[in-house]
Amino acid sequence: MTNPPEPIVELRGIAKHFGGVQALRGVDFSLFPGEVHALVGENGAGKSTLVKILAGIYRPDAGVVKVGGEVVELRSPTQAQALGIAVVQQEPMLFPDLDVAENVFMGRHPRDRFGRVDWKRMYREVDQLLASLDVSLSSHTPVQGLSVAEQQLVEIAKALSLQARVLVLDEPTAALSVHEVEELFDIVKQLCERGVAVLFVSHRLEEVFKIADRLTVLRDGTHIITAPVSEMHTEEIIKHMVGRELSNLFPKGEAEIGEVVLEVRHLTRPGVFADVSFQLRRGEILGFAGLVGAGRTEVARVLFGIDRAESGETWLKGKKVRIRSPQHAMDYGIAYVPEDRHQHGLVMNFSIAANVTLAILQQVSRLGLLDPRREQKIAGEYSSQLRIRSAGVEQLVNALSGGNQQKVVLSKWLATNPAVLILDEPTRGIDVGAKAEVHRIISDLAARGLAIILISSELPEVLAMADRVIVLHEGRVTGTFARSEATQERVMFAATGQDR
Amino acid sequence: MKRVKSLLISWEALLAILLLISIVIGSVVSPYFLSGFNFNALTSNIMEIAIMALPMTLIIIAGEIDLSVASTLGLASVVLGLLWESGHSMWLAIGVALLVGLVAGSLNGLLVTKLALPSLVITIGTLALYRGLAYVVLGDQAVSDFPTSFTNLGFGSIPGTEIPWSGLIFAILVVIFVVVLHFSRLGRQLYAMGNNKEAARFSGINVGRVKLMLFMLSGVIAALAGVIFTARFSSARPDNALGFELYVVTVVLLGGVNIFGGRGSLLGVVLAIFIVAILQNVLSLVNISGDIQSLAIGLLLILSVLGPNIAQRIQVIITRRRLAAGSSKQV
Amino acid sequence: MTTTSQEVERTKQRGQVSLARLFRLVNRVRELGLLIVLLLIILIVGIQAPRFLSIDNFEQILLSVAILAIVAVGETLVVLTRNVDLSVGSMVGITAFVTAYFFKQLPNINLLLGILLGCALGLVLGMVNGLIVSLGRVPAIVATLGTLYVYRGLVFIIAANTTSQVNASDVPAGYLALATTQIFGIPALILIAAVIAVIVGYFLHASHTGRQLYAVGSNPEAANMIGIRRDWLVFAAFAASGLLCGLAGVLWGARFATVDATAATGLELQVIAAVVVGGVNIFGGSGTILGVLLGAIVLGTLQNGLNILNISQFWLQAMYGAAIIVAVVLDAFITRWLQRTILSRRKKA
Repeated sequence: MTNPPEPIVELRGIAKHFGGVQALRGVDFSLFPGEVHALVGENGAGKSTLVKILAGIYRPDAGVVKVGGEVVELRSPTQAQALGIAVVQQEPMLFPDLDVAENVFMGRHPRDRFGRVDWKRMYREVDQLLASLDVSLSSHTPVQGLSVAEQQLVEIAKALSLQARVLVLDEPTAALSVHEVEELFDIVKQLCERGVAVLFVSHRLEEVFKIADRLTVLRDGTHIITAPVSEMHTEEIIKHMVGRELSNLFPKGEAEIGEVVLEVRHLTRPGVFADVSFQLRRGEILGFAGLVGAGRTEVARVLFGIDRAESGETWLKGKKVRIRSPQHAMDYGIAYVPEDRHQHGLVMNFSIAANVTLAILQQVSRLGLLDPRREQKIAGEYSSQLRIRSAGVEQLVNALSGGNQQKVVLSKWLATNPAVLILDEPTRGIDVGAKAEVHRIISDLAARGLAIILISSELPEVLAMADRVIVLHEGRVTGTFARSEATQERVMFAATGQDR
Repeated sequence: MKRVKSLLISWEALLAILLLISIVIGSVVSPYFLSGFNFNALTSNIMEIAIMALPMTLIIIAGEIDLSVASTLGLASVVLGLLWESGHSMWLAIGVALLVGLVAGSLNGLLVTKLALPSLVITIGTLALYRGLAYVVLGDQAVSDFPTSFTNLGFGSIPGTEIPWSGLIFAILVVIFVVVLHFSRLGRQLYAMGNNKEAARFSGINVGRVKLMLFMLSGVIAALAGVIFTARFSSARPDNALGFELYVVTVVLLGGVNIFGGRGSLLGVVLAIFIVAILQNVLSLVNISGDIQSLAIGLLLILSVLGPNIAQRIQVIITRRRLAAGSSKQV
Repeated sequence: MTTTSQEVERTKQRGQVSLARLFRLVNRVRELGLLIVLLLIILIVGIQAPRFLSIDNFEQILLSVAILAIVAVGETLVVLTRNVDLSVGSMVGITAFVTAYFFKQLPNINLLLGILLGCALGLVLGMVNGLIVSLGRVPAIVATLGTLYVYRGLVFIIAANTTSQVNASDVPAGYLALATTQIFGIPALILIAAVIAVIVGYFLHASHTGRQLYAVGSNPEAANMIGIRRDWLVFAAFAASGLLCGLAGVLWGARFATVDATAATGLELQVIAAVVVGGVNIFGGSGTILGVLLGAIVLGTLQNGLNILNISQFWLQAMYGAAIIVAVVLDAFITRWLQRTILSRRKKA
């Protein structure tokens, strides 16, 4: 090679602010055809802003964007697409009522010589496209019947049919099984061979090492470093992402572990999970490890009364119980902090106080009427205990940062005075500083005698926090480890269903 | 969000101003407007709608809608008439009519909660079904000889005042509903459900049961309105209150309640009720027919949503211009 | 790839194709189901009253639903985009009255001009609906509930200032003939309805814009992202609904001859019933004109059957209500069954 290759996308001095927050400051960034470039950084680092600028959704306040060597102004998603930039968001934006072929071609249906939609050609071309990707999807399948992984594949097929030169994947592996991630990576490699530049935004460093050629770290909207992946180590990357040492991220104290509070025997929900049994003790943090879709949240939902198990027994403090509804679960002292705080955890238009008291309305009311002073008192107590940063308990929660929102959700459930606290991905989407705080809170709770189930897809978190780890794979318990025995490899093995 | 909140507070203020303006217009337009007799007529006329607007407000805030209320009213009225005509006691007739409302509301509630069906379509269906059943029960007949003790309920007033009995019923209901929606646990649950059904469910709120109760309540209140309507017109007919559901929804939306749920207050709705009542009254006083009055109501409905939307757009444009001007100043 | 994963791939592929076939089958099930219901009704009523089975009677049924079908086609366009048009009855009423009155005042005017007037009026009213919804961002339920009454009020105002009623004797025979002429032995009304259904059905299937309507209803945000001009399409759907209501109004005046300000009151209920029964998803994104036609025919046949069996006409409205409820309940059960089937298939794969 005589000349160095020209970048397909070049960003120089990109800045963007929202209200008072500077999301990106003078970021330089280039993407070369045929490379897989990973974009890493914690939440709030500016990754999604950068992606949205590339997608034409946001316009930078300053800086230059060059595509294919020419300066452009990306004014709309359609324009970005026309320039060959395709973005696959975390939640695929498809049309559930239409089939795969139409989803790929919507807005650009192939036409016959009379100007009519040429259905035959459309199905044929999409089938060819899918076949070329080695994907076993039929172009006739309605999208609502597809799994998240399959929907992502449709988005990628769409990108290809658009002759995309750049493919941006925003946290693509969050909802995929191991097998599906492998398939995705195979396709990514194929695309690179075809000269497509792939921008891979991810939290998961193990995957970055597997698939990426170069990586860029963003922190607080600033470009920190860009380097070939082969030249970097995990600790180094994390240090760049966080700006401080790894060690004080997971402060776990010692807690006295007492009697068995919750026991689950052979819990089964056909098609979802089978024969799940475990014990949970007072003061213990039981980690639920496994990949997305392994059934952990589903077990939690059954424990919390949202879903019903078909067989198996649940024992609370030595008594057999049948939990029929969330209220029922709460009466038994079980609290569940859900995965998705926007959808299930908080009422965004309510104040902090209203959210904190939502599960304990009976306690803050007298004869059915709400007592606002009691509400504010309780909210204030938790606010200071958990160090929630806000403009007061009457502030609406949608104005808070992710970390503070999560603390509000935690407060809500702590206010129910539970004996068993189930945390489902409690630090997802929170920046590292808040993460450490949440971990400290969890530790304290255990020390105070709460029995905690910690569901997490982040292995380091589980390993650092849990006293014991249970691993689920495709609905079955494939491993149980004490803190001393649990290592990343052992847990990963069990999580992927491989024999020890 | 604060902006929307402040907009809403000023929405009620706007309504209050509108109410005052309409009173002024009324008194200018006709010398009879400020009379006690007119106040009585104006109020009695709107009472059935007003009463039905109360549970409707709760239902819409909770994220659903009930378009079958007027048909339930008609059905209850017809059942009342039939029972009275066949010789049963008035109390029994009223009781059964209320029961009919309860059953009608329960059907709505069960279809929406147990089968998770969209309330808009279901209540359009029951709107037709219940009205249809009313026709089946009474055909094109009417029952009209009711005792004066009964008809006084609809069109008599509290002795010594010009306040109709139905107005008293309404006032009592308003107090109850205001306490429930704005001060009670249940009210908080309703706002939570209307804003985020899943989060409410995950907080231990039994969304299905609450909504079922709301629809049942709506049915009973619609039947109560039917009893009052029958008393007022001294006539039980299958086409009683035909089309009233529009007025009920208009009054609630005009009152500032968001059609998508989660937002709104009863103060706004009560103000809106009286604005619509005065509008109807003034138009009748100048001899404008009922159908054309509906035109005014329809216009009001559209403007009640269009208005704030346009206001918000203008606000956004102004803010954007201010930011642009501000940032250029910084540089 | 190892042999086991190749097998997995192959089973997956087979699973995919059969899943696709399953879905297509379910979509067709709606139309098949309606045909079966139709046949059942014909059977049940026909056994009790043989005159139900005459060609004349079938023609009557089709005639009775022709105008409804035209309006329902327009309503379908709106519902596909995840909106609803409750003002159709009022639009048909006002255009019927205005057209009839127009012919009364100018009996020697060209027939075509009158027809165009009615259609143009409908188009304008539909465009107003469209503006309020797409530009004004007023939810369609609210907007069209409002225009239902505004337009109806307008007819009353017009009637009050012109004539309270237009009679058959007031209008030129040529106009009335629209409803009674036959072309090749088939009433013109039925042909017009059929032609419109075919044109719109074809448009929905074979044109870019038609497919985009489905996209807008299926996922409005995704449609926006792709650059589909959602607001314009919604506006156009309402305008089209208005146009078709205008045409229906013209035909209404010709068919019913006596037109007053209450013409077509309550038509929206029958239209929504036809659309819902016909399998169009009230949330948009799916539905076919064929289904809507069948829905309208099933409802019309039911009505005709009630008539022939001398069952009181008072059951009619209740019947419409029950039909809507039954259709929605059935749809819910089918969707749930489908979802369960998909999940179980996926677990097996």
